[in-house]
Amino acid sequence: MRIELQKRPVPSKLFAVLSPFIALGLTLVAGAILFMALGKNPFDALYSFFIEPLTEVWSLHELTIKAAPLILIAVGLSVCYRSNNWNIGAEGQFIMGGIVGSLVPILMPDFQNWLTLPLMLVLGMAGGAAWGVIPAFLKTRFNTNEILVSLMLVYTAQLFLDWLARGVLRDPNGNNFPGSIRLTEAARLPEIMPSAGSAHYGILLAVIAAFAAWFMLRYTLNGFEVRVLGANPRAGRFAGFSQSRMVYFAFLLSGGLAGLAGICEVSGAIGQLRETISPGYGFTAIIVAFLGRLNPLGAIAAGFMLALTYLGGEAAQMTLGISDKVGRVFQGLLLFFVLGCDTLIHYQVRLVWRKAIAAVGGQA
Amino acid sequence: MDIAQNILLTIMTAATPLLIAAIGELVVERSGVLNLGVEGMMVIGAVCGFAATALTGSPWVGMLAAIAAGAFFSLLFGVLTLSLAANQVATGLSLTLLGLGLSGMIGESFVGTAGVKLGSIHIPVLTEIPLVGRLVFGQDPIFYISLMLTGGVAWFLFRTRAGLTLRAIGDNHASAHALGINVLKVRYLAVMFGGACAGLAGAHLSLVYTPQWVENMTAGRGWIALALVVFASWRPWRVLGGAYLFGAVSIGQLHAQALGFGIPSQFLSALPYVATIVVLVIISRDRRLTLMNTPASLGQAFVPDR
Repeated sequence: MRIELQKRPVPSKLFAVLSPFIALGLTLVAGAILFMALGKNPFDALYSFFIEPLTEVWSLHELTIKAAPLILIAVGLSVCYRSNNWNIGAEGQFIMGGIVGSLVPILMPDFQNWLTLPLMLVLGMAGGAAWGVIPAFLKTRFNTNEILVSLMLVYTAQLFLDWLARGVLRDPNGNNFPGSIRLTEAARLPEIMPSAGSAHYGILLAVIAAFAAWFMLRYTLNGFEVRVLGANPRAGRFAGFSQSRMVYFAFLLSGGLAGLAGICEVSGAIGQLRETISPGYGFTAIIVAFLGRLNPLGAIAAGFMLALTYLGGEAAQMTLGISDKVGRVFQGLLLFFVLGCDTLIHYQVRLVWRKAIAAVGGQA
Repeated sequence: MDIAQNILLTIMTAATPLLIAAIGELVVERSGVLNLGVEGMMVIGAVCGFAATALTGSPWVGMLAAIAAGAFFSLLFGVLTLSLAANQVATGLSLTLLGLGLSGMIGESFVGTAGVKLGSIHIPVLTEIPLVGRLVFGQDPIFYISLMLTGGVAWFLFRTRAGLTLRAIGDNHASAHALGINVLKVRYLAVMFGGACAGLAGAHLSLVYTPQWVENMTAGRGWIALALVVFASWRPWRVLGGAYLFGAVSIGQLHAQALGFGIPSQFLSALPYVATIVVLVIISRDRRLTLMNTPASLGQAFVPDR
């Protein structure tokens, strides 16, 4: 048996909408099989994984806390990937944003006024953008592969944060535990509904960023450049669009948003600088970007979906005793199916049996 | 003098997994396919090798299991990028993410289990030759396999007809197809060879280098292997040189950590990653040279027209 592809004259609009849902369905089927292999009732397992976290108010708050960084990062990555630049180091840019943004409240704890928080957010963005501009500079100046460079910078950022949290920025009164002083109230991103749960305003920033990026891609010249240079670099060059300017733009934007997500996490969800501040958000956001079909608005829905896999993993561990690593497996499977289903948009897929070919060969 | 021999020995041991994974990826890329999932295939090899060894007691079985697991896992990448013409960069990434998640789940019950080491070879008189005895005659079996792989791949690519075919596909898949070569079949075989090598490289980590299972124990080595292929400009013997250079950097930073020097350990741990970036910059600087060395069809999907 063989798979045969036939290019569609125009990309299928139907499958462009359907393919993420087909991928979700296939992931659920694969998940059910996985749970059965682990000796659990697949329906109970899927229920506690995907439905139970949605039934309580506090876990809905947890959902938005996890969705906010994923959406913020994925919006930047969507634009970046659309322009055919491959930034896979968002995790490092996230960490650098968290570090640079929290320098103000940690080094100057007495600086507490209405300026503190905006300054932190801007510095966080700058930190992420600065880390993101390194692969862009090396790509445009030295022709270096941006995938490998941005990834190597993740490991360096992680080690740098580890050094800061255990060394220079460690709380002197913290009994030698790694981690900075706790941020003061003025440096904390406020909670939206303090009486109901701990969701903070990061989600609002994420949604604003998504709409802004969507508008930029659709209605501005800059967005047009992103789409043209991504789809057909040759055509873009003839139109006089600068390739290297686009590399910088893509990395500054995706790095800046990842940095913003990082400082939102430190200032909103955690409240101090620790030796690790991310459960892999920067990598999971890659999946979010693709599940949202590289559309900033799609990233909102996809971000909530992937946030659910984090919560579902925890829930499944508590109620069923399944390893919380299952969540990571779900994330990987989902991206696989999304990429596979995207083929349906551009190609007609047919299964061909070997016999048929033999018959054709016989005639010839 | 024994110290020098020991240091050289550890450098070679640290370099072996990089070498094997990079040689596998080199063949894949020479066929025109960019598989960024080396890290994922490697970590799957590491956990399957360790698990099979723990269950059967034989590290040899573990090694074979790791090779099979790597090859099978790479098949997922093959189906998506070759049969379904999916984006190779994104699919490779998803292979890495899935591999890291899956290995964590498989390995969870093996955390803290004592491993069985795949022992070094000992030939009575030869291994005891001073200075070079252990370097030449007393290393682990996978080390010797890595050298044979390098020589074998160099011979295959540049001295056999099949190797020429594989390189032709990597440079121009449309022409190769027009000549009647089955592009997708050759690419499937290349991808699976790359997966098998990555699996073996992972087995070296969990059976020889540090015989235990730790989550994410590959720690970016799969990515460094990818960089090594670029560094070596797609030539097998240069991969060997590059792998030993990186082995020296990572062992050197470990010794520096032991000696102190007042440099924070995190900065020294970051050295291999920084070195990778520096090396990539130096090697890619000349745009024309890079263009000449890179397989021309690298990363492009091929859909045969019928």
